[in-house]
Amino acid sequence: MDFPFLIDTLGKLMAALPTTLGLFSLSVTIGGLLAIGIVWMRVSGHFVLERFARAYVFVFRGSPLLIQMFLVYYGLGQFPAVRHSLFWPLLREPFACAVISLALCTAGYTAEIFRGGLLAVPAREVEAARATGMSGFLLLRRIIAPIALRQALPSYSTEIVLMVKSTALASLVTVWEVTGVAQRIISQTYRTMEVFLCAAAIYLVLNFIIVRLIGLWEHRLSRHRRGMPVSSLSKPLQAGGNLGDAS
Amino acid sequence: MAFIETLGFGSTGWGGLLLIGALTTLAVTLASLGVGAVLGTLVAWAKLSGNRIAGFVGDAYTTIFRGVPELLVIYLVYFGGSHAVTSAGKALGFEGFLGLPSFLAGAIAVGVISGAYQAEVYRGAFLAVLPGEIEAARAIGMPRLLRFRRIIVPQILRFALPGLGNVWQLSLKDSALVSVTGLAELMRTSQVAAGSTRQYFLFYIVGGCLYLVLTSFSDRAFGAAEAHTGKSFRRGLGRA
Amino acid sequence: MTATPPTALTVRDLRKSFGDLPVLKGISLDAREGDVISILGASGSGKSTFLRCINLLETPDSGEITVAGETIAMRRRRDGHMEPSDRKQVDRIRSELGMVFQNFNLWSHMTILENLIEGPIHVLKRSRAEAIAEAEVLLEKVGIADKRHHYPALLSGGQQQRAAIARALAMRPKVMLFDEPTSALDPELVGEVLRVMRALAEEGRTMLVVTHEMGFARNVSNKVMFLHQGLVEAEGSPGEVFDELKSDRFRQFISGFKK
Repeated sequence: MDFPFLIDTLGKLMAALPTTLGLFSLSVTIGGLLAIGIVWMRVSGHFVLERFARAYVFVFRGSPLLIQMFLVYYGLGQFPAVRHSLFWPLLREPFACAVISLALCTAGYTAEIFRGGLLAVPAREVEAARATGMSGFLLLRRIIAPIALRQALPSYSTEIVLMVKSTALASLVTVWEVTGVAQRIISQTYRTMEVFLCAAAIYLVLNFIIVRLIGLWEHRLSRHRRGMPVSSLSKPLQAGGNLGDAS
Repeated sequence: MAFIETLGFGSTGWGGLLLIGALTTLAVTLASLGVGAVLGTLVAWAKLSGNRIAGFVGDAYTTIFRGVPELLVIYLVYFGGSHAVTSAGKALGFEGFLGLPSFLAGAIAVGVISGAYQAEVYRGAFLAVLPGEIEAARAIGMPRLLRFRRIIVPQILRFALPGLGNVWQLSLKDSALVSVTGLAELMRTSQVAAGSTRQYFLFYIVGGCLYLVLTSFSDRAFGAAEAHTGKSFRRGLGRA
Repeated sequence: MTATPPTALTVRDLRKSFGDLPVLKGISLDAREGDVISILGASGSGKSTFLRCINLLETPDSGEITVAGETIAMRRRRDGHMEPSDRKQVDRIRSELGMVFQNFNLWSHMTILENLIEGPIHVLKRSRAEAIAEAEVLLEKVGIADKRHHYPALLSGGQQQRAAIARALAMRPKVMLFDEPTSALDPELVGEVLRVMRALAEEGRTMLVVTHEMGFARNVSNKVMFLHQGLVEAEGSPGEVFDELKSDRFRQFISGFKK
């Protein structure tokens, strides 16, 4: 084992980690917001909106992310109208294009996951909330969203790991994130295995941390499933707070 | 209507090449499904064996190849494989760089990833076989191998079908990344066409649509297969 | 007086523990051809384990099992427990013992007919035509001939259990073992299964039945064995055991079921 080489490689790859993290966090955030919009359209009951949402999910889940990314990066720049629009400073940037296509793509997957969570919300609990006088946004925020989110988290966690991996495609539109840097080192040194191991270690640790964080979140959201915790005495107070909230 | 000619099957059209690209995509995905089936079976078996070392190796395999970017795995196989081929060539007296054939590299790389997902599918399918049905086979005097062949494998295949459908769709999309090795599959052909005609938007849209055709068509095929095997099966009944 | 029928199955001093917990503490049994023996006992008395040890679905720690004159060869492992020394012999003996499970355990990927012919064709190497012909007779007998091309999932519990009995019969077993065959059934479906079992008893089949059905034990079987905490608490003819035995435990057990 050539430890100096491994450490050197790891250093170079770590230097590209902020780019990977930037791609990841921006696209997951934007994609999540888009997904909420798509789910809203999908369940709106409005024919055109619902059709659009279905088509969106079909297109972005049914084709490879790479071709979507190339379409955004190379395809849009082909049109003079785009090049002269006020979006051009954004669309000429590889990083921005990568974020846009990652976000558009994950929105399709995430929308289906959120919708699955929504469908798993028991009708009787919604009914009970309506019976206490909740409706509209309050009902969504206090009752539907927390239950749906809890149901959706395990699948969402899988999607998040897929997104960490997907950021690697940005290297093909010249964003130097971890995989791109790894590829450059491999083609310079031909030490494939060592470089692979370093890069793999970075991704696996990243996945591990993210999955753990989501696991903690899920743990918090599923307090009710663990029976009475030690702090059960504080429960009545909390319930009181919720009541106040609702009125 | 210049783009009709560009996309047509004539001497200046890209239609034929795009279709061949789509067929290559199918072929490489099919090959990777086969590679993945072998690897996935071995890994699932390792995980279920109860042997600590085999179990650890199986877990490591699925964790790594489901957690690391597909592109990185393709680089590992392509560059690592080419490196090995070049060294082997040197030993046999060939000089210079020898590349691993890109179809082979692609099929292996996507197959290695597919194997990690398939392992989980098979493991889950095995665990879904009711122990009582295996016990009934023991009680009737079936030897181990016969039990495996007649009772366990047919059920695993049925339980695995929906999961395999998902893995197929993943592999179909992963195969686009094999374009980086220069294999003229659908993605690569779209890229070349886009580059040489400067019609980027057109060709990426067309390429994307062809992928949509492939994914929706295979989705239908798997759906039909599931309906066929599931209509009599206990899980199928549970849904009905 | 007729001559005593030959012995179908003997078990000598069978012992079995799970970890530190002894479940069977030395149980013996003699079944002559045509015997219908009901094995009773509270849950945890070891009655199911006893049945499962006979065809080696559980490996007994010690004891001797003889089916139709052939004793299952066992050898002692290093930890002192026994294991069968000849896998082939175990498979052959299992094929001579027809087992009916509490949860039917029909193979869900095969039709009812396929379930019946699977063993005869692949274990006994009989011809397909012969296996099918025999299977159809058996399905007729248990009253589900019209379901032969259905998959198990489409049948009621009672029909599934009758199919499972037919599957066991298709192996032409020397002894039938029933492991609580009606316990997983809805009450209204118990009767159809018991009728089939009674018909088999009247045919002169040798049967070992672990059951909670007191009526069956009293009216159909010719011997009753009552297990308690891994030992035989009482055995004999139903009349003796039910009417004469003064065991408090047995009374508790029976009254528990008469409620």
